[in-house]
Amino acid sequence: MGTLSRLARRLADLVGAHRAALQPAVCGPGIAKLGATPLDGLPSVGLARLRGTHLKYFAPSTVEEAVGLLAQPNTKVFAGATDVIPQIRAGRPEPDALVDLKKIDRLIAVQCTDAKWIIGAATPTARLTANAEFSAEFPGLAEAAGLIGSDQVQSRSSLGGNLCNASPAADSVPAMIVNGARVVIATANGGTRSVAVQDVPTGPGRTSLAPGEFVVEIEVDRAPARTADAYLRMIPRTEMDIAVVGVGVRVTLDESGKVTDALVALGAVAPTVVRVPAAEAALIGSTLDDAALAVAAAAASAACNPIDDKRGTIAYRTHVAGVLTRRAAVIAGQRAAEKNGASR
Amino acid sequence: MSRIQVSCTVNGDPVDFLCDADGSLLNSLRDELGLTGVKEGCGTGDCGACSILLDGELNCSCLIFAPEAEGTTITTVEGLANGDHLTPLQQCFLEGAALQCGICTPGVLVAATSLLNHNPNPTETEIRYALAGNLCRCTGYDKIVRAVREAAAQIRETSA
Amino acid sequence: MTIAEDPATTAPGYKWVGTRMIRPDGFEKVTGRARFGADLKLNGMLYGHVLRSPHAHANIVSIDTSEAEKMAGVRAVITRADFPAPSGPAGDQDLQRNAMAREKVLYEGHVVAAVAAQTRGQAKAAAEAIKVVYEVLPHVMTVDEAMAPSAALLHPNLMTKGIDPAPTGPSNVASRALYQGGDLDLGFAESDVVVEGTFTTKPVHHGYIEPHAAVADTTPNGRTTLWCSSQGHFTMRAMSAKVLGWEPSRLKVIPAEIGGGFGGKTTIYLEPLAVRLSQKAGRPVKMVMSRDEVFRATGPASGTKIVAKMGFKNDGTMVAAELWMAYEAGAFAGSPAGAGSMTALAPYTVANFLIEGFDVVVNKPKVAAYRAPGAPMSSFAVESLIDEAATKIGMDPIEIRLKNAVTEGCQATYGPKFPRIGFVETLEAIKNHPNYQIPLGPNQGRGVASGFWFNAGLNSSATVHVNEDGNVIVVTGSPDIGGSRASMALMAAEEFGIDAARIQPVVGDTESVGYNDQTGGSRTTLATGAAVIEACRKILADLRGRAAKQWDVPLDKVEWVDGQAQHVDGTQPPLSLEDLAKGWNRTGGPLTASAALNARGVGSAFSTQVVDLEIDPDTGHVTVLRYLTAQDAGRAIHPSYVEGQLQGGVVQGLGWALNEEYIFDRNGKMENASFLDYRIPVASDMPMIDTIVVEVPNPGHPYGVRGVGEVGIVPPLAAVANAVEHAVGRRLRDLPLSPVRILDAILNKDC
Repeated sequence: MGTLSRLARRLADLVGAHRAALQPAVCGPGIAKLGATPLDGLPSVGLARLRGTHLKYFAPSTVEEAVGLLAQPNTKVFAGATDVIPQIRAGRPEPDALVDLKKIDRLIAVQCTDAKWIIGAATPTARLTANAEFSAEFPGLAEAAGLIGSDQVQSRSSLGGNLCNASPAADSVPAMIVNGARVVIATANGGTRSVAVQDVPTGPGRTSLAPGEFVVEIEVDRAPARTADAYLRMIPRTEMDIAVVGVGVRVTLDESGKVTDALVALGAVAPTVVRVPAAEAALIGSTLDDAALAVAAAAASAACNPIDDKRGTIAYRTHVAGVLTRRAAVIAGQRAAEKNGASR
Repeated sequence: MSRIQVSCTVNGDPVDFLCDADGSLLNSLRDELGLTGVKEGCGTGDCGACSILLDGELNCSCLIFAPEAEGTTITTVEGLANGDHLTPLQQCFLEGAALQCGICTPGVLVAATSLLNHNPNPTETEIRYALAGNLCRCTGYDKIVRAVREAAAQIRETSA
Repeated sequence: MTIAEDPATTAPGYKWVGTRMIRPDGFEKVTGRARFGADLKLNGMLYGHVLRSPHAHANIVSIDTSEAEKMAGVRAVITRADFPAPSGPAGDQDLQRNAMAREKVLYEGHVVAAVAAQTRGQAKAAAEAIKVVYEVLPHVMTVDEAMAPSAALLHPNLMTKGIDPAPTGPSNVASRALYQGGDLDLGFAESDVVVEGTFTTKPVHHGYIEPHAAVADTTPNGRTTLWCSSQGHFTMRAMSAKVLGWEPSRLKVIPAEIGGGFGGKTTIYLEPLAVRLSQKAGRPVKMVMSRDEVFRATGPASGTKIVAKMGFKNDGTMVAAELWMAYEAGAFAGSPAGAGSMTALAPYTVANFLIEGFDVVVNKPKVAAYRAPGAPMSSFAVESLIDEAATKIGMDPIEIRLKNAVTEGCQATYGPKFPRIGFVETLEAIKNHPNYQIPLGPNQGRGVASGFWFNAGLNSSATVHVNEDGNVIVVTGSPDIGGSRASMALMAAEEFGIDAARIQPVVGDTESVGYNDQTGGSRTTLATGAAVIEACRKILADLRGRAAKQWDVPLDKVEWVDGQAQHVDGTQPPLSLEDLAKGWNRTGGPLTASAALNARGVGSAFSTQVVDLEIDPDTGHVTVLRYLTAQDAGRAIHPSYVEGQLQGGVVQGLGWALNEEYIFDRNGKMENASFLDYRIPVASDMPMIDTIVVEVPNPGHPYGVRGVGEVGIVPPLAAVANAVEHAVGRRLRDLPLSPVRILDAILNKDC
């Protein structure tokens, strides 16, 4: 809970969210099934079954051990459990075994090389945002990670959990996507594979992870020179809410201040996070002038495919996606300009 | 399936308890260890009444599976005071009437303790955001924020 | 200005009243020792779990508990078959049907059965194994749906009361309240400015942080002890007894500390279920609601629809007001439509008015009292229209209220004449406060509103004992929700003239003190306080008598000053409370006295508030920049806890105005039954609440006390709507004023 993350959080909250929607948790096989059709594919979990009494709990200390445990049917991995537990409380069917990933050193680590940042999938977001170098290099991603839940939840929430819970409103996902983040997945055969973050969630509560797989790390390439990101979300309160709309933007400027690269991603406006190539095209080549921002905002609104629900309406989400795109682009641009040629 | 034995340190005492794999730490603290100062307001991490320090970090005990507590060090509201000697935060809450019904108070005190551990001189805005995970329905937060600010000042004074 | 910033000031003439002692129960509450409803554990205790209706409206065709009864750990299962058939007055029958569904379920969350088992998990699993066959019926969720001619009926025999001629057939309208005066047509004809509109509010929940909890222990001889957190354990006893078919005396109710109530813990939910389960199992049974259950099954406040029209002269004089108001009662009659009707125009003199209030049943949980029940909604309509009129006339919103404000001797629209009241003083206090002069920027708006609420009197008892060491025990039967132990201690200290730290205030169980009505209606400090004062004065009379006897002087030679009996001529050394207590063996025995009363002389509470908001014109997000409240407390016994009541009421009102609402799907199921999506204000949403405690003593109370607990929640709804109007130029009449609504209003300004 460093001052930097606190200020960053405050900034993001000026526009108005947190723990992702109540969707199945963390990464792993059970999860993918639990999402859309909670009863599908699971062993008979009768309503009258006594909860908890037959359940096993494991805390492996290596990835290999975890992979071995996941070979058992109906086993669920978890990181912070900030989504898993409310889901169990709400009556979702339980797995036969819970595998806690937080005792695996590699999953609770933040490393930086010349080429990339490597973030353990279960690393508490409070620890990530307290990393001053990371927060300076990726202020938008740090803000987004810092917005997941209260300070209490921040001690537990993680990028891996936020991603694999597969809520369309997950705060960190648009911010990871605009930074080109990838995940390293431990596979059932003991190997690993790498997938772009945007290819992990496939719909609310659903991921592309195969049975026996889980996310080990998130990798983000070092930010190029004059490059910065921003994440803004809209929530009705100032804290403790789910994003009604979330927008991540990253821009790269040339020495004259012209945008040479831009990425725009929207959360909570479609079943999965939406990249907006038309908005990116509008920003590239501009100086983030009003005209370009207006085109980008309109493109963001046009890219929305939201639903009416208890948290917002189609019209509201569509409009605000444009508003936040414009604002986030401006903030990212200012930050990139402040980096003023310094590489990081 | 038999229950799981967990050993940890709570408020300075080494303790053991039995739990189910999916039991919440909150229920173990309350039912097995008798620490009913840890309150349940929602069970889903939205109200903060069950706040504890787990290895020094602020957590909702309702969002922790009980077996995860193995080998950890836990502080609950019962562990804040030294016997009858209240902490400055507790004393400032009393003097500043920062509680009405008192149900959120244990969680608020633990969260505020965590805040001051990390940030001895918080602004009003920082206090408000640090306590945003702790719902209080009685006070409107005004006197809580004042009490935290006052306690921070007292702690800074004594440690200066 | 803000009293919260001031050092303690004692009211003139008082030594203890008006000071800020540390509350007697404070140490327990900051150390986790205080025992709330869910904190009790008894040997052999079972856990209860409730099976609730998944349907908004359905006939119960059959209930099969056979499988559940056979499950591991299950010790008792109860259904409608375990309770006597509803009998008695309609209200009693409703109470019984709400506690356990009979022929029909009337809302999602309605109790259908309950199980007691050795573990929570066993109880839950068994409850889920009960087989209930429902025949789903059409449901009605709003007053418009419920009042439609072809509406599905909740109760086949519900005939509207208060209509002449009486209706010939049943409907969903339980009653109509009517208040009128003058000539409405004439009033509108005289008006220079007429303002009107239709206002709606959604059901909102009290949101107390402590879920309902009860532990019952029935012994084989039938005596039952019930521990629960409530706003009044005597009422819990009476209500539970009605559902159980018992005499109240068979139950002993021990009050746990209560973790917030706001009116919502004035009725029974789990209590009779826990008792019957315990009786059937022969073991103690504990029941605790989940947050989800609290939302789905316990009383929210009514959703409302109000059609209002008001007329004013160009000088601001209110000359006509017409209000048609329909309040959702939930599944059983009993919305506060009547109180809403009485309070709507109570702050103002208006010659010509007609107020109709309808109590309408819908397929939602039965509403419960919520802080000034009924008043915030009607005030929302009235205070919004007053603001519109002020704008049209070009008058300051405080001035237009001052122009029409009730003062001593004015007749209230609901009948009685006001004694000395402090409404004008609250208006003046706001007008003269620097906040009211702060210039506003773009997208910012300032909103003013006032509100009125009664103080209840009702029944209170207190017993006061002097210990042999001269310290004092004060026993009342009024649960302490927000610091009332402290106010009892201060009043007793004032009476005895001893240090408040020497007073031990106790909330006694139903067998340790005389009957007390609930802590509610802003009545505890006032009414129970009056009983404490009376009991203290009885002991003081006794003490003076004993001193007179000891000195062998006439009683009128003895006075009680500063905690001791003194001879008026100073011819005897004074006798302290300790001296007299030590000597009771020779002077008449232990010192104790009780008092019981129907509280009279209740005050009226008024509040005026002003809010400054800023609205993000592109997202509709609202930031509360500053908030100022001024309320007449009569006499603040413990100023800190008075301020706390004022501030807490404001923030609950702000939640109601901005983001709180029950959201139902098309099947009548609640969609947001959690603190995640039922959005009560969090600390970072709020500024400091600048608080002015106005003290215009209530002439009917020994210390001038007025109840302070409720009226603070009345003005915020309209204050916020008025501020939004001034910030964005659109009058919004449907709560909550969520970002979605506000942005819609901004973007569709020209519509």
